[in-house]
Amino acid sequence: MSTEKKKMQRSAKRIKARNNAIVYIVLSILAVIWLFPVLWVILTSFRAEKGSYVSTFFPKSFTLDNYIKLFTDTSILNFPQMFLNTLLIAICSCVLSSFFLLSASYCLSRLRFKLRKPYMNMAMILGLFPGFMSMVAVYFILKAVGLTEGNNVRIALILCYSGGAALGFQITKGFFDTIPMALDEAALLDGCTRWQIFTKITLPLSKPIVIYTILTSFIGPWVDFIFAKVICRANADQYTVAIGLWRMLEKEYIDNWYTSFAAGAVLISIPIAILFLKLQKYYVNGMAGAVKG
Amino acid sequence: MNATSALKLRRAYQAQNPCTCMGALKNGGTATKLSAVVMGLGNMVHGQVPKGLLFLAVEIAYLVFMFTNGFHNLAMLVSLGSVERQEVWNEELQIFEYTHGDQSILLLLYGLATLMLTGVVFWIWRGTLKSAYHAECMAKAGKHINTFTEDLKELLDSNLYRLLMTPSMFFITVLTILPLVFMICMAFTNYSKIGNHLVLFDWVGLENFRTLFDSNSVLGSTFWRVLGWTLVWAFFATFTNYFAGMILAIVINRKETKYKGFWRFCFVLPCAVPMFVSLLIMRTMLQPEGAVNVLLRQLGLIADGTSLPFFTDPTWARVTVILINIWVGVPYTLLQLTGVLQNIPADLYEAATVDGANSVQTFFRITLPYMFYVTTPYLIATFTGNVNNFNVIYLLSGGDPVTDLASTAGSTDLLVTWLYKLTIDKQYYNVGAVVGILTFIILAVGSLLTYRRSKSYREEGGF
Repeated sequence: MSTEKKKMQRSAKRIKARNNAIVYIVLSILAVIWLFPVLWVILTSFRAEKGSYVSTFFPKSFTLDNYIKLFTDTSILNFPQMFLNTLLIAICSCVLSSFFLLSASYCLSRLRFKLRKPYMNMAMILGLFPGFMSMVAVYFILKAVGLTEGNNVRIALILCYSGGAALGFQITKGFFDTIPMALDEAALLDGCTRWQIFTKITLPLSKPIVIYTILTSFIGPWVDFIFAKVICRANADQYTVAIGLWRMLEKEYIDNWYTSFAAGAVLISIPIAILFLKLQKYYVNGMAGAVKG
Repeated sequence: MNATSALKLRRAYQAQNPCTCMGALKNGGTATKLSAVVMGLGNMVHGQVPKGLLFLAVEIAYLVFMFTNGFHNLAMLVSLGSVERQEVWNEELQIFEYTHGDQSILLLLYGLATLMLTGVVFWIWRGTLKSAYHAECMAKAGKHINTFTEDLKELLDSNLYRLLMTPSMFFITVLTILPLVFMICMAFTNYSKIGNHLVLFDWVGLENFRTLFDSNSVLGSTFWRVLGWTLVWAFFATFTNYFAGMILAIVINRKETKYKGFWRFCFVLPCAVPMFVSLLIMRTMLQPEGAVNVLLRQLGLIADGTSLPFFTDPTWARVTVILINIWVGVPYTLLQLTGVLQNIPADLYEAATVDGANSVQTFFRITLPYMFYVTTPYLIATFTGNVNNFNVIYLLSGGDPVTDLASTAGSTDLLVTWLYKLTIDKQYYNVGAVVGILTFIILAVGSLLTYRRSKSYREEGGF
């Protein structure tokens, strides 16, 4: 009896070990598939041979020239200028759209007013239209106001990135909904205004979603390229990083710029990666809506 | 919300705040009624001078605008202009001069903007009536009428939503709603390169819809083909990502799996690389002479000089974009679903283990039903997102390969990328707008049907 039991335990252990081994092998293979392109970009960014087509997977010799070229060769594609443009746009639109989004979410979650339901329905309906449908029209409107020339392009882009932010309230509102109403009521009884409740109670309690909002709206301008392309058109000095990188892959530049493209990609990925990995926890919590049981 | 409860709510609202617009016109005093003509008069009579002056300023500004530009804009909206730009020989300067012609696109834009402005002013007009009537009622009841400072203070308290929502509403109106209405209007015009209508165009009614639904025309047959592929793509893109992400999350979160943080790091790292960068990299890697083919050749898996037709064969291209979409999307799905999976009550699993269920059974009987229940809104949003997934297709394949040279769309073109090609490349603005409207209708019908049927519909806010 006891030997049989031991045998069973041992076989159960063996099955477990086998399962674990399978899981680890599968995970490793998948991890390699997922990391392969990332690794390839990093290798390419240090590659000494130019051109996009190579005969070997690993570079023959390594160099830092690609990074240096990115910041010194400003005659055709002015990367430092693009970087500053994007940084400026990202900071401004981050501030604006975080404000719009958080305040709209607070109003929809906490306050009751007549247009509340109509607003939420409107947001849902607007979300179903293809975003690119109105892009041409947005360009015409900005042009009519005179925002498509010179430095005004930056303002136009900031407005584009932050203007519609309040329509994406769903996740944030869902998060605010989980904060007990009793807190607000208590604060009201104590004589707080609703503005004070918003800034002193709701926001501090919603750190994950506030960080998530700020993060996503900051990253937006770095990774959007199609809106920037339609609005910038020929204003080369107003290009954002995304258009710059895209242009490096065009037929006339790809041979000279491909490795620098990889370098640029690595450069803008690093800060985003650091932010992302640091704030991963908040991202997960934000999505889950803070209803942890 | 059904009709009766909506009515009840409305009544309750009216009982609480009797100052409606109609009430003001019916029961208000002379000053209140006159506010309908001279905005803000009612407020000024009852001592709210700054508020009344603000209302009056709005009225004057609106009237000035209407008499200088507005009425002209509205009139031109009907005809969209007819004066062609002409060359005139200037005898004095010995040059050709261009006369000022009409530009239909601008006329349409200004006309719509004027219409919207009128709507906003009408809304403010109703507000002034209500406000005047309110002030009158308060005065009659001998209650305190708010001063201007008190009104401003209320903006931070009971009227906070007005303060916070107005700026974003302004931008939404100008940058989202106006462009959308503008594009919808284009669907009913002949604004297109066909027939040279890029400067002057006219209303044509439902003509464009007819062309697109006529399967004998080139555009018509292309439309049905693109629509079919869009739906296939959206279905596969949504569910492959959903299940792959979920299974990966379950495997990583298993009690027995060690180094959870490391595994998660491996899969999350690609999502830290901006999506357009990773897509462009993927595209270059999968070219005939790209890294993947080179690697396969070096490993001896394919013969020298040959390459796998990732983006040159229609079927290959379609499978490739779906597979790469899994690569791009799974990290995000993993992150998003991890939190939800951790919310599944643990006692459900414990009970299942006690009852002797194996892991496959627990997955199908507990995990899946729970996930479907909680994430229906998420799934609908992802499906809609995938129908409108411009980035993946445009940056990866650009809609290629084009098999039929006569049509304007390639094999992997979605409705949105086709829309982009039609408007930006071909300048068939009207057809593009029709495609946009049809995409919207398909999405709206589809998501409303599934959303209303789902269990999570009743709970506002979803997961």
